[in-house]
Amino acid sequence: MLEGRTRRLVIFPRRYNAGRRVAMAGMTMAEKVLARASGRERVAAGEFVEAKIDLAMIHEITGAPSCLTLRELGIEKVWDPARIVVFNDHAVPADSEATATLQKHLREFVGDYGILNFYDLRDGICHQVLAEKGHVLPGSLIVGTDSHSCTYGALGAFSTGIGATEMVQVFATGRLWFKVPPTIKLVYIGQLPPGVTAKDMALMTVGRLGADGANYRGIEFAGPAVAGMGMSDRLTLCNMANETGAKVGMVAADGVTLDYLRDRARGQGEPVLPDADATYETTVEMDVSHLEPQVACHPAVENVKPISEVAGKEIHQAFLGSCTNGRLEDLRQAATVLKGRRIPRGVRMLVVPASQEVYLAAIREGLIETFLEAGAVVTNPNCAACGGIHGGIMAQGEVCIATTNRNFPGRMGRGTETYLASPSVVAASALAGKIADPRRL
Amino acid sequence: MKISGKARLVGDKVSAESILPSAYLTAAPQKLGKHALEGIDPTFVQRVVPGDILVAGRFFGGGSSREQATLALKYCGISAVVAESFARIFFRNALNLGLPALECSWKGRVEEGDDLAIDVEAGEVRNLRTGEVFHAPPLPPFLISLLAGGGLIEQIKRQAVGL
Repeated sequence: MLEGRTRRLVIFPRRYNAGRRVAMAGMTMAEKVLARASGRERVAAGEFVEAKIDLAMIHEITGAPSCLTLRELGIEKVWDPARIVVFNDHAVPADSEATATLQKHLREFVGDYGILNFYDLRDGICHQVLAEKGHVLPGSLIVGTDSHSCTYGALGAFSTGIGATEMVQVFATGRLWFKVPPTIKLVYIGQLPPGVTAKDMALMTVGRLGADGANYRGIEFAGPAVAGMGMSDRLTLCNMANETGAKVGMVAADGVTLDYLRDRARGQGEPVLPDADATYETTVEMDVSHLEPQVACHPAVENVKPISEVAGKEIHQAFLGSCTNGRLEDLRQAATVLKGRRIPRGVRMLVVPASQEVYLAAIREGLIETFLEAGAVVTNPNCAACGGIHGGIMAQGEVCIATTNRNFPGRMGRGTETYLASPSVVAASALAGKIADPRRL
Repeated sequence: MKISGKARLVGDKVSAESILPSAYLTAAPQKLGKHALEGIDPTFVQRVVPGDILVAGRFFGGGSSREQATLALKYCGISAVVAESFARIFFRNALNLGLPALECSWKGRVEEGDDLAIDVEAGEVRNLRTGEVFHAPPLPPFLISLLAGGGLIEQIKRQAVGL
């Protein structure tokens, strides 16, 4: 009905930047992606651009309102059904009539609008599956109605979270305005000691920068310690960029990226590398050679301490999973700690693989057997306890150590506390019934 | 756009989860208002008079992208949010829902219940008790018109029918 005209929506008048001086320095990765996506030769931090979106992701909790609003507006077609990816993943199988209804809205949206990419309860968590199924391409501009959409920066994409209403705009027009972010370059040197992981690097970074240390900014994760990481670890690192307030957290695509994409990629991508003379707001170098396992303590994600200062804190629940740390490599780390050991009855350990692909691989490797023999409970892929909307919600006064990315007070239930750590720390803590250092087992 | 109302103060780093706890994410939109800011103060909504202006510290609305948090503030009667700084998704959501969000430094110079007057176009927040004026970085014209027109949905409707 209205779609023919809404497609021509002018959301951002180009003249706004007219006359603005753009220095001729090189560009960061974020600037390059936004320049390409807005049809400009170059952009610089602080400018506003209207950009073409390469991929848009929604899930049932924050995205269902987008679908409903689109219908209410009488818009009968989306801009490109091949560039929209829809997930029912946060609370599957549905835990209530309300959730079931949101999931039904998404299924109907997918059917009525001919959306070509739909993942339902048999698939897994959006951020894992989007990468795993090859939707994320280097250099692409991706938005999702989820703040952890920054995860895809691991593959060199400019990817960020947006709200449900602006997703309506994206669905209708495929375009959105952005303010080009200044970039903070984080250079990690040295080599992680045994038992210390990408999660510990991510937590250390959040502790160093603070929860709003990179607000409105982009991050480039660089240096030999990042170059030497596999894709699973890069996804973990970029996933927590949001916990510094960052708009995006990106790793330059390299051989690891191409290897990961070889049998997955659904397209070419347009990889970007930062220019040698790109302008950074700041560059911070961090040596990870002597890093201890880190724990983000209740009540704030920036309240990060080395495990030696936190060990001994009593826990009730240990949660291994989420878009941060629910991948096969994470499950392996935890299984290594749990193998041949038994979790005491007073501790509830939950294992939630991030996707069905991860789950099946974990079964074939014998990891699930290890978890069950240790006394953990394994459930189907979904967001589970992480956001406090599905399995694993706790009672008042209870404490969870989790591989997730957030520990706002009450996140896993009113009056509860969450501590964030790596898969090995979570596994060691489950065995001890208190926060424990896996290197001391 | 001119807005006036009484200041309701909250602290630094009030997260989107505190503005609207996850337990209400699946609730009907019109029911969100009665849970606004329940994560930090379950009695907050009882004190709000429609038209009140929320005055927050640093990094207001951080974390989750949930637009339901912004809706909760709007439906409980908040007419604008003034903060030392906003988390970026909250800021976008506020403008898209037609809720003015002004970033300015006010700490220690606004008290609970002060009468404030806001000029959105000028980026000015005036404390009528003290006469002091706080300045927010001016929004670009396309965002001013987005706000003045009542938010993104209204803008889409107008453009769709060619007004």
